[in-house]
Formats: sequence, C-alpha cells, structure tokens
Amino acid sequence: MSEQMTQTAPPADVQPLAKVQTPLQRFASDYFENKIAAGALFVLIGIIFIAIFAPLISPQDPYDLSSVSVLDSKMPPGSQHFDGWTFYLGTDGAGRDLLSAIFYGLRISLGVGIVSGVIALVIGAAIGMIAAYFGSWVDTLIMRIVDIQLSFPTILVALILLALLGKGVDKIIIALVIVQWAYYARTVRASALVERGKEYIEAATCLALPQKRIMFRHMFPNCLPPLIVVATLQTASAISLEATLSFLGVGLPVSEPSLGLLISNGFDYMLSGRFWISFFPGIALLITIVSINLVGDQLRDVLNPRLQK
Amino acid sequence: MTVFIIRRILQSVVVLFVMSFLVFSSVNLVGDPVEMMVSDEADQAERDRVIKSMGLDKPWYTQYGLFVVNAFKGDLGNSFVYGEPALQIIVARMPATFELALVSLFMSVVIGIPLGVWAGLFPDKISSKIVMSGSILGFSLPTFWVGLMMIMVFAVMLGWLPSTGRGDTVEILGIDVSFLSADGLSHLFLPALNLALFNTSLVIRLTRAGVREAVHQDYIKFARAKGLSNTRVIMVHLMKNIMIPVVTVLGLEFGGLIAFSVVTETVFAWPGMGKLIIDSIQSLDRPIIVAYLMIIVFVFVIINLVVDVLYSILDPRVRLQDVSS
Repeated sequence: MSEQMTQTAPPADVQPLAKVQTPLQRFASDYFENKIAAGALFVLIGIIFIAIFAPLISPQDPYDLSSVSVLDSKMPPGSQHFDGWTFYLGTDGAGRDLLSAIFYGLRISLGVGIVSGVIALVIGAAIGMIAAYFGSWVDTLIMRIVDIQLSFPTILVALILLALLGKGVDKIIIALVIVQWAYYARTVRASALVERGKEYIEAATCLALPQKRIMFRHMFPNCLPPLIVVATLQTASAISLEATLSFLGVGLPVSEPSLGLLISNGFDYMLSGRFWISFFPGIALLITIVSINLVGDQLRDVLNPRLQK
Repeated sequence: MTVFIIRRILQSVVVLFVMSFLVFSSVNLVGDPVEMMVSDEADQAERDRVIKSMGLDKPWYTQYGLFVVNAFKGDLGNSFVYGEPALQIIVARMPATFELALVSLFMSVVIGIPLGVWAGLFPDKISSKIVMSGSILGFSLPTFWVGLMMIMVFAVMLGWLPSTGRGDTVEILGIDVSFLSADGLSHLFLPALNLALFNTSLVIRLTRAGVREAVHQDYIKFARAKGLSNTRVIMVHLMKNIMIPVVTVLGLEFGGLIAFSVVTETVFAWPGMGKLIIDSIQSLDRPIIVAYLMIIVFVFVIINLVVDVLYSILDPRVRLQDVSS
C-alpha cells in the first residue's frame, strides 16, 4: 500500500529543475533536518536491535537457572562474577545480571507494546473507516461509544479489565487493545471524513467499484499519515501503561519479566539503599519512551502538510 | 438546555447500567460465582448459604436484578479480608484519595503557572528551554518510577521526608485530613508532588502557549501604552485571559488524578482507595473489587456529566450541536 502512495505523488508533467527527489527521499531529508529526532531514531533502532537479539548479546541468560547463582544477588554495579566478567549494572535480588535482565525485559515490554498497538490499529482503523464511510446512525453510535470510552482515563479502564480478567500476557494485550482502539478509530474517522468528500472517491464511486475496495484501497492509504503518528505515540504510552500495570502487580505474570516488573522487584530492596535494581530498568524504560515520543513528534511535523515549506 | 441535560443524564444512566452488567457478567457468568464471592477457606455450609442468598438457582436475569437491587441498597457484599461491608470500607478510604488529588492539583497550579509564564515571556532564554525540556520529561517519565526515585533521594539518601503512610491527621467535619499537621504535611508532600508531575507539565505548556499568544494582542499593548507597571500587566491583564484554558483542562484532569492516584498510593503506601483496590486484587478480595469498580464508574459518570453540563453552559455550540445530531 505504501508503494501506491509513493507512485502517486510527483505529477508526471512537471519538469524537474535540479535533481529528482522521490517522496521517500524528501521525507527522509525532512526528517533528518531535526538532529534530536534523528538521534532519537537511531537510539530507537538500537533498542529494537537489542530487543530482537537479546539472547545473543546478553552477558548471561538471566532466566537460565544453571547460570544464575543466588550468591551473586544484590551486587552493586561493576562487581565481578566468579568467572571473571563484570556485572556492569549490578545484579538483582535473585543474582541475575541486571544488564541481561534489562535486555530481556525490553523484549517483553516492546513486544507487548507493539503487538497490542498493531491489533488496536487494525481494529480501530477498520471501525473508524466504517463510521466515516457509512455516516448517519452508524457513525453516531460508534463515535458515542468512542467518546464514552475516552472519557475514562486509560489506566482506569485497563485496571478494571485486568481486575476482572486476571494476569497474563494475553490478558494485558487484550486490555491494551481495548484501551487504545478508540484513539485509532477517532483519528481514522476524522481524516476519512475529509477524504470522503474529495473527487477521487466520487470518481471511484462512479466507476461502481465495490465499497470495500473504495474504503480500503482508495480512502485508507490517504488516511495513513496521521495514523502513523498516532500509532507511534500510542505505542509509547502502551509501553508505559504496561510497565505501570506490571509494577502494580496486575499486569504480566512473574514468568514474563518486563521492565515494569524489574522495577517492581527492585522496589523491595530500595529502602536498604540498593537503588540500582530499580534505577537502571527505569532508565531503559525512560530512554525507550522518550525516543519513541521524539520520533513521533518529528513524524507529526514532517507528515503535516500545513507545516511544509 | 433542559433537553441537553436530560439527554446527558439518560446517557449516564445507560453507561452505569452497561458497566454494572459487564461487572456482573464477568463475575457471575464467565467465572464461577461461588468461587468469586466466597473465600477459598469457606466450607460447604458457607457455600450453600451463599448460593442460596445469591439466588444462583434462578435464571441470569433474576440474578442480575438482584445484583442491581442490592447495589442500590448499598449492599455489595462483605470484604473477606476486613469482614465489613465492602462499600463502607471504600467510602472510608475516599477522603485520603481526594485530599491527595486536590493537593496535587494545587501544586501543579502553583508550580506550573509561574514556570509557564516565564517560559512564555522569555522563550529564548536558556532557563525557559530547560523548563520546556523538563515538561517533555514530565509527560514521558512513568509516574511510578519517578515516585520510586523520589523515595530513593528524599527518604533513603537524604532522609528529609517520610516515604510511607499518611502521618498525623486532623479531623475536620468528621473527615481526617493530613495537610493541617506538620507531620501529615511532610507525609503528603512527596506523593502529591509525584501525582502532580503530569499536570504540572500540562499547565506549563498551556500557560506558555497562552502567554505567547496573548503578549502580541492589542489589549496587552494598550495596557503597556497606558503606562501600567509590568507586574500589573502580567498579573492582571495577561493572567485573566490565559487562565480560561488552564482551568478547563485542570477540571477535566481531576478525574484522571483520582485514577492515577492508584499508582502513587501504591508507591507511597498512601491509605486511599487506590491502594485498597491494588491490595484487594492481590488478595483476591472480590467483593471489594466489585464495589470499587461500581463506585469508581459512578464517580466518573458524575464527573463527566458535570463537565458536560458546565461546558454546555459556557459554550452554547456544544449543546446546539448535540441536539441537532
């Protein structure tokens, strides 16, 4: 679908003056104009890389009982393992290398955030398109539900759901999807309503194309830019929400140690001055969320036609 | 106007019923209601008594009717842990949560508005840029982690402030409050600051945007041309106009504060509703969970209703649009 977008943009009869820029190149050069956003993108790529290859680059498999020793527990950053390698960020209460635990935690945090974001996007976008395309009572009904849901804070909705559903990876993904779909539906509906009035939709309708095709092949690609921005920012808030819920003990089970659970585990040791068990996973979480937000902000500026020179 | 309010009240009632049905069905239909409402240690006689009292031999719509009737009577079951009516326990915890939310709202105004005005008046100063970057952090930082770090720095390392509990309370009109005693205030400071973090960032951004827009307007130029002092121009003429969006957004955020106090209360062991629900989820104290859900939904429906009605009074476009649709 993105190929379609790139093909349509430059009109064929305009003579290029200096050099030809494909829309993708133009997008990239616009994006990298902001040095902070460029840095954030590289940090984010690095984090995703770490999350994917966590088992290969971690000094230790923190959940392999044979390599973890309770004798190493609660060691401060920079301590030596008896094999000679260093715990750069110290160890947690069970003697796990904190750096490795963070790498594995990033995996779960990012995974839950992205999976729930994608599912919510698909559901929300489809519902938003339906609301915009059919209008009348369908639209009123859907948007009323969206309004009512958005009038409750996300953490409250998630907490209610998890109190009823119980713990588990699937449960928290369900909760995050239910919390997020309304944002996507609202975004897609808003831009689809604008697109619906344009001539190309009229033309497609005159060609008697099936409604499904008009909705998803013609309208949807043109609604993508704001959706991409919302998706980025929503993923950051989903990761943050998951960490919060796991910290509260209603999110992920102990067998799936996300960053929120690591921080929660460290809470018990903090009052005795062992700050690193909570501190470093928190920093990892912070870097992840801030870099996603910075990328999202820059995407919003670049993709917004009103701000273009 | 009346039509609008009636429609909104009807909508709120519908939301309440839908939520009560969802809570009821997830407790009574999806799960095993006996297991849900009776603690694991209960013997067979206790189980039989509950099955009979809940009317589980009756069809589901009768059961739902009973649930609603009992809820209206204020009977949402007894807590397993405390052995008292769930509703009573939650209502007893409410003042602590509301106090925390109000104090944190106050803090975000007191900290946020001066910083926002400063950043709006001198957008190019380094200090303003630091304030603005700080507000981005305020949005991005997970509240619970900041709370932990506050405990780490101020309670463990420096030892200045206590990290848990509510401290000494003073009774006013039958409600215990912390902010009137020195000890209570020292206990209140960190949790309230933690909870205020997000709203402070929000207030800074709103105030700055408002100031940036207002300083170029004619009425400010005119006030300056009249020879008014700088302080008066800022404190009276500017402030009046930038307060409208700030007050509106803060009003809307109050509900969010009550919801997010769940996190802050857990971190600082503040004995409010939020800590109670987390403890109850951990100890599977289901009557408390059900009662909390019903109360919090009720509170939010009321908050949303009040906000909507106030909006329609302030901005006639809202109600006209709604009536026509």
